[in-house]
Amino acid sequence: MVLLSVRDLRVEFATSGGVVTAVDGASFDVGSGETVALLGESGSGKSVTAQAVMGIVPKPAGRVCGGSISYDGRDLLAPGVAKGLRGREIAMVFQDPLSSLNPVFRVGAQIGEMFRRHRGASRREARAAALDLMKRVGIPAASKRLDDYPHQFSGGMRQRVMIAMALALSPRLLIADEPTTALDVTVQAQIMDLLTRLQAEEGMSLVLITHDLGVVAGVADRVILMYAGRVVETGSLREVYEHSGHPYTSGLMASVPAVDGPRDRLVPIQGSPPDLLSLPSGCSFRPRCQYADEQCAEVEPVLRQLPDRPSTHQAACHHPEGVLTDVH
Amino acid sequence: MVAPVAARRRTRAGSARIRFGFAVIAVYVVAAAIGPWLFRYNPVDTRTADRLKPPFTRLSDGSFAIFGTDQVGQDLLAQMLQGARISIAVGLATLLLAGTIGVTIGLAAGYFGGWLDGVLMRLADIQLAFPSILLAIFIAALLGPSVVNVVIVLAVANWVTFARVARGQALATRRREFVDASRTLGAGTWRLVTRCVLPACVAPVLVVATVEIGHVILAEASLSFLGLGTPASTPSWGVTIANGRNYLADAWWISTIPGIALAFLVISLGVLGDALRDRYDPRLRSL
Amino acid sequence: MGAYVVRRLFFSLFVLWGAVTIIFVVLRLVPGDPAYIMLGPDADQAQVAALRAQLGLDQSLIQQYATYLANVVHLDFGESFRLNADSMSLVLQRVPATIQLATTALLLSLLIGLPLGVIAALRAHSWVDRAISVFSLMGQSTPSFWLGIVLILVFARGLKVLPSAGSGSWAHLVLPTITLALPFLAILVRLTRSGLLEVVHEGYVQTARAKGLGEGIVVLVHAMRNALIPIVTVVGLQFGALLGGTVIVETVFAWPGVGRLLIDSIGRRDYGVVQASILLVATIFVLINLLVDLLYGFLDPRVRLAGD
Repeated sequence: MVLLSVRDLRVEFATSGGVVTAVDGASFDVGSGETVALLGESGSGKSVTAQAVMGIVPKPAGRVCGGSISYDGRDLLAPGVAKGLRGREIAMVFQDPLSSLNPVFRVGAQIGEMFRRHRGASRREARAAALDLMKRVGIPAASKRLDDYPHQFSGGMRQRVMIAMALALSPRLLIADEPTTALDVTVQAQIMDLLTRLQAEEGMSLVLITHDLGVVAGVADRVILMYAGRVVETGSLREVYEHSGHPYTSGLMASVPAVDGPRDRLVPIQGSPPDLLSLPSGCSFRPRCQYADEQCAEVEPVLRQLPDRPSTHQAACHHPEGVLTDVH
Repeated sequence: MVAPVAARRRTRAGSARIRFGFAVIAVYVVAAAIGPWLFRYNPVDTRTADRLKPPFTRLSDGSFAIFGTDQVGQDLLAQMLQGARISIAVGLATLLLAGTIGVTIGLAAGYFGGWLDGVLMRLADIQLAFPSILLAIFIAALLGPSVVNVVIVLAVANWVTFARVARGQALATRRREFVDASRTLGAGTWRLVTRCVLPACVAPVLVVATVEIGHVILAEASLSFLGLGTPASTPSWGVTIANGRNYLADAWWISTIPGIALAFLVISLGVLGDALRDRYDPRLRSL
Repeated sequence: MGAYVVRRLFFSLFVLWGAVTIIFVVLRLVPGDPAYIMLGPDADQAQVAALRAQLGLDQSLIQQYATYLANVVHLDFGESFRLNADSMSLVLQRVPATIQLATTALLLSLLIGLPLGVIAALRAHSWVDRAISVFSLMGQSTPSFWLGIVLILVFARGLKVLPSAGSGSWAHLVLPTITLALPFLAILVRLTRSGLLEVVHEGYVQTARAKGLGEGIVVLVHAMRNALIPIVTVVGLQFGALLGGTVIVETVFAWPGVGRLLIDSIGRRDYGVVQASILLVATIFVLINLLVDLLYGFLDPRVRLAGD
């Protein structure tokens, strides 16, 4: 069952250099209880997509200017709808837990605020509920740490606090935007374990936004790859990994250490990330692509099923055959 | 990635603000420079027949008093033009003196550091913790009213800002490579400070001076109004406004019109100072 | 918190000592005999001799300084020759009036300045914001003594709805309060606007929105609590300008406070009273800043917990 459905989403940002289309016609679905990875470099539009779903695109610079987002049959772009679902149904965890937690409030109060503001809980009830959550996300000596401030916690513990806050009202969809990027390598795995454990317990859908394929390997049911504001490939992790249908995906796969296979040499993607202010015509990946031809310069490729692959595996490339045969 | 569009709009508006500020200030400077020649003002000249005439009155000698006359029959416009001269001159002289004292102290503190820096900056802290107008009033009360004394008083009350800016620049410049290079090549302290560190202070000091000059002119007018600034025989705006207070019932214009001229000058200086600061050195905002 | 409070207390004492010393130094730096300057040209020899003895002018500078410090500590600024009373008690009699004026002006500024600043920040770059910015700029640039006169002209002489001078009723307080509050209020608007604009793009504000909190809570609780931290510091420093402004406002409106006493005493060359008033106002300012520092620690747990 589809819980979240994004169709032709367009988000524009006004910058000092001109108007930038940060998300340019992105479409994807997230099923109930599913874990989906949204992969892409910085500037690919993955975080802005998440902000659009939450209805927290920074104003007045940014605005959603096209497409639709529906959550459980409700139109999230209609006035007031996202506001009513934020925190209760859809929750979000951000990249940097230090700047994402309010420095002047105690963490117990910040978690408890969810119950006080949304459920009208008393101070004491909220405190008890916050304590339960802190224990659940594995914060040691939780009853003592309830009254500490964010700057007194380590990075990993802060992210646990963020996760506790997000989980407070048992949302059905959790969006985690680079949840481990700002953390130590040793802590990253713990946070990912925590997220997947909680996801299984709650039966919620999880959207993991990351630039790091290694983070989602073994966790995500499905991956969605974004490049320059567009979805360029989508499919199960195994399909996409073993039979990349887009040159960007195959480049990305070649540039990370193999998940379980032999450790070959790492090959970086050539060229530089796209400049959103001056995107090339047709396919945005064209300048970095070895398969590019005239068609790629003229026609913007759309997502379509790859030859001899399952219908769930789609890529937006004019020459998927070349990519498929070259890689494997 | 997402610098808002507003930033762009602000930059453009910034240049409009700079143009506006410069234009108004140019008008004041020109008026102060040539006005007193066109409209003669003689402080001992009293004409009882022309006392307290409202604006737009033709006077006994056939001249036209666009802003009216004061309690001794002096043309208010002539008096204000003379006052503009005093205000601007006092403002510039004060900034020059305060700037020289402040930059010297700031450079010394920032360049040499150590105990000298500690002592000088604690002194600055003390003075900042002391309302500057009170210090000015105290010194002015002891020195007595005179134009030179006003400059001294206001310079003493305002050097700290310049010292802080110069110190910050000196600290930043001291460790830059070209300074190290000059030092390695055998340049002496004096040469290093005047050739390498001082030039780095010029731009931020000028920006701060623009922001400060409005405050200084306002402070001069306040002191003069209290009878502690320019002497009563010198028609600065503060003195003129103070004189008009005794005739509020019969002649509202004596106090009000110079005040408008003063406020408009200070507003323009504020607009210009803010615009320059936003454009060239947003960090100075906290000073 | 304890270490922080002690540190701030020491700094306040240090600043007070500095203020006392500045007054001493200035009195001795002014060219001429301090006793003669303080008494003026019409004083007779006996008076000058008496004051010289009181100031200890025939002793060394260090002894003079020691005598001076001892007198200050005992709040002894000598007798007022003109009013035949103890200088410090003359000043203390006037303190309540000044505090009343400064407090109402402060309250008015906070009541109007903070909301205007919040509105300007929320509607940044709109016409409302621009109108508020223009108002704030005018407020900062208008000479208070002139504003006071204009208010007297309009409301006392023109409309005849408020008294032009003196004290005794709430009506007497209205015009001086507005005059004193305007520049401070204008700065407060500016600080609130820029302080709030600086934090609205912070991660925790985004988090507050993601938590599904109402926009009012997001701005007034999550953003404002953080924006207040730098605002409070500058407000403390700017309060000095407000205290200085009482001198002018009390003069314009004949308000019987310390500021008016100061100006009158300067006119009477009553320097004991002058010193006592200046030191008293400086002390109030230092105390306010101590309070602000403590408030700062309360607002920002990172400062409060740093020493522990």
